[in-house]
Amino acid sequence: MVKDDKMKKRKASESYCLGIESTADDFSVGISTFDGEILANIISAYMPEEGGIHPREAARHHAEAASKVLEEAFTKSGIKPQNLSVTAFSQGPGLGPCLRTGATVARALASYLKVPLVGVNHCIAHIEIGKLKTGAKDPITLYVSGGNTIVAAFDSGRYRVFGETLDIALGNCLDVFAREAGLRQREGMPFGAIVEKLAVKGKKLIPLPYTVKGMDTSFSGLLTAAVNLIKKGEYKLEDLCYSLQETAFSMVTEVTERALAHTEKKEVLLTGGVAANKKLQSMVEVIAEEHDAEFCVVPSQFAIDNGAMIAWTGVLAYKCGLVTSIEKSFVKLRWRLEEVEVPWVR
Amino acid sequence: MGKIKPLLIKKGAEASLYLTDWHGRKVIMKKRLPKKYRPSKLDEHIRTYRTIHEPQLMHEAKKAEVPTPTIFLVDVKNATIIMEFIEGKQVKQLLSEVTKSERQSLCLKIGELIGRLHEYGIIHGDLTTSNMILDFEGKIFFVDFGLGEKTKELEARGVDLHLMKRALQSTHFRFTEECFDAVIRGYSKVLGAEIVKNILDKIKEIERRGRYVAERKGERE
Repeated sequence: MVKDDKMKKRKASESYCLGIESTADDFSVGISTFDGEILANIISAYMPEEGGIHPREAARHHAEAASKVLEEAFTKSGIKPQNLSVTAFSQGPGLGPCLRTGATVARALASYLKVPLVGVNHCIAHIEIGKLKTGAKDPITLYVSGGNTIVAAFDSGRYRVFGETLDIALGNCLDVFAREAGLRQREGMPFGAIVEKLAVKGKKLIPLPYTVKGMDTSFSGLLTAAVNLIKKGEYKLEDLCYSLQETAFSMVTEVTERALAHTEKKEVLLTGGVAANKKLQSMVEVIAEEHDAEFCVVPSQFAIDNGAMIAWTGVLAYKCGLVTSIEKSFVKLRWRLEEVEVPWVR
Repeated sequence: MGKIKPLLIKKGAEASLYLTDWHGRKVIMKKRLPKKYRPSKLDEHIRTYRTIHEPQLMHEAKKAEVPTPTIFLVDVKNATIIMEFIEGKQVKQLLSEVTKSERQSLCLKIGELIGRLHEYGIIHGDLTTSNMILDFEGKIFFVDFGLGEKTKELEARGVDLHLMKRALQSTHFRFTEECFDAVIRGYSKVLGAEIVKNILDKIKEIERRGRYVAERKGERE
């Protein structure tokens, strides 16, 4: 019996899933065992010289980076392409040209290796990697990134959205503010991190629009007001960064607390790129404590868009028998989180 | 305060609700407690604003013939409101307990009440089934106006109804469609088909907006 179990375990760990992430500005490849051990997570970020993400430019970056990132992932993980059991890819939501590039690579790999293909919802992958890495079982999730601001929790077969942004995403708000302030991001130091660093030195709270509607939030008015204040030049940039963060983070924390009180879940999971922000972490931790819930935050290398989360979610789906035929592997630019059945969650 | 020791009946995200006694009357004491996560200046501003704002809108709602608890006392300094205790059941619980036709008539009535608020220029700001109470006489009371505002703008009305829909989707996903359809039918009874058509279009627009902003930018290029 014991021997049998061991056999099973070893057999399971011999199965691997490769995941490709390419929804926005990152191209990433991750490799996960069927037990959730992440063997590789290689990320190549597209950094525009100026302005925001240009979808075609980003897609070009992805196409150019793909073979190198794939190779690195195989080297890092120590497994060979023929060892793969499944290939997963981020099927949406995201930027069309970027998604298509990742999907093309995934299809090619799956056909060549004759392994099944699994299309993964990007938002769900952020939740699943958070659960895997923190041990959270049934959390209320605050997912904040450059493209999404969502409060979600599982109920009856699906993740349900309790609140989200009515206009731009939290990460987008911080990025645009930083660009307007003339800040420059670089490898390993994205806009969010730069704003965070400056905010630590800020002391003065400048009144800015605070917009919460039910469990939804809105950041466009806040962004406009903050950008106008940069132009006016009356305040120190540190104070503006501080005020922007405090206001925006208070908004998402408030709606998360509302969803927490509403659902009475016992865990709060913070995930997505903005989850790496220490100030936001401390704020969400306060409300978790207040409601006797455990606070869980995804480790920073899995907070930003990454292939590991796609690989792991691919494993979960594949184990439930979910595969995507090549004909049905077209990308879904507006794929909603709550449209997806998640039979692996109970 | 009185004979009954304040009894915490709901610890919400924003406020704690206590059942207590006020000059021989059973009342709800709604206390907006300080939030440690936000800076104290911002916290005070939000709590003060909502404490003043909420009773004003509740009073206005009565003029629009939408039942709300009567306000007895507003203590701005302590961010506390004392109001009538409505004995009844939360619509949130009711929706899953009742028959289909009862559910539809409840939602129809809710839609009418939202219509009356909007026609009068009041936006509730947090339309969920937990903020509606059906009393024993069959009257539906609206509570929690803290996030509301006074406007007749299409955008604000659209967002308000979108929140209602969202609440149905997240909490009453088995009946979302039938419930929301009934809400809209009730709403049209008050505001008329033309306004409703504009609002439904607006809701669609609102729902597209927040989805994936980077992608929208991409589409324009």
